[in-house]
Amino acid sequence: MHDHEPGAPELRVQVLESLLVECGYVDPAALDRLIETYEQEVGPHNGAQVVARAWTDPDYRERLLADGSAAIAELGFTGRQGEHMVVVENTAQVHNLVVCTLCSCYPWPVLGLPPVWYKAPPYRARAVIEPRAVLAEFGAGVGEEVEVRVWDSTAEIRYLVLPERPVGTEGWSAEALAGLVTRDAMIGAARVAAP
Amino acid sequence: MNGAHDLGGMHGFGPVGQEEDEPVFHDEWERRAFALTLAMGFTGQWNLDKSRHAREAMPPGEYLTTTYYEHWLFGLEALLAERGLLEGEPAKLRRLDAENVAKVLKTGGPTGRETNAAPAFAPGDKVRALNIHPEGHTRLPRYCRGRTGRIARRRGAHVFPDSHAAKGDPDPRHLYSVRFSARELWGPSAPASDSVMVDLWEPYLERA
Repeated sequence: MHDHEPGAPELRVQVLESLLVECGYVDPAALDRLIETYEQEVGPHNGAQVVARAWTDPDYRERLLADGSAAIAELGFTGRQGEHMVVVENTAQVHNLVVCTLCSCYPWPVLGLPPVWYKAPPYRARAVIEPRAVLAEFGAGVGEEVEVRVWDSTAEIRYLVLPERPVGTEGWSAEALAGLVTRDAMIGAARVAAP
Repeated sequence: MNGAHDLGGMHGFGPVGQEEDEPVFHDEWERRAFALTLAMGFTGQWNLDKSRHAREAMPPGEYLTTTYYEHWLFGLEALLAERGLLEGEPAKLRRLDAENVAKVLKTGGPTGRETNAAPAFAPGDKVRALNIHPEGHTRLPRYCRGRTGRIARRRGAHVFPDSHAAKGDPDPRHLYSVRFSARELWGPSAPASDSVMVDLWEPYLERA
């Protein structure tokens, strides 16, 4: 254990940042860039492009399910917390749901940083033992005839759910379809609603 | 370690609270705690598994009553103290400069490694997760220890977190997605069709 003094995190972070900058360990401009990247650039809109492409291009869908990392890299989404991507497909028979019970593992390049609920105890505790109740809470209840498959991200494999394409979108462009795809649907916690 | 972070299957936390139009960060200190953790990770003074272990070492009562970025802050403070980096003369460390951020993030840090060892298991094999309780870092969740499942997929050899956190040794081992039926994990009231897929390294498994 270390001599941790509980206190307001605001103050502790301020003190830490000034010490680390003073020591020359961190470049304050690099901190700003890191924050900007995940606040403004990388997010679920990336994953939505992957999903929309898979819905409109059967060859791409096949490549995506066979080798997630390579197919996602085709669209330029690579890197930290997405080095080993696996895509699992939701169908009328199987519903996939992704969790990280031990921490907060999440595919950053395609979804950005995880929402608070994904990192907090209720979801991490319940997704594995009562996924159907969790899905119902999200308004994505599944019938008894559907198999629920929960993926616990205990290693460095990062999972992205390919949701079912909603009815009523025949003939839509990939761009228009991407606008329908939500973060929660790509975690498997929701379905993509019909327009 | 059997810490409060190993949450799978616990009861009593209530509903999964969702927030409409949730911002990426809720406060300025969260932004800075996040960025400081990533920037200090780049110095190479510790690895990702070691930093996960530092967060897990938070006393359970505290872990469950603080927020996510407070865990990160706790972990960062602990690692800095352990390395003595804020005492005496500053060390000469590899520094992440602003112009390299995009490249470093785009490249990431793959954990896949080559190994000469042949994989011990093949898809379809019946395996049991060991009933072990290491005090150090491990990625074998408590809820599947001692339980029997089947190898679903081979995932290649990856850095083994237990060795990596303890000794900085990548010690690559074969990794598998193992399918545990919900009934095996949670008993007869669980739906027969359902399952939990857990990514487990070979040293966590034995043939069943």
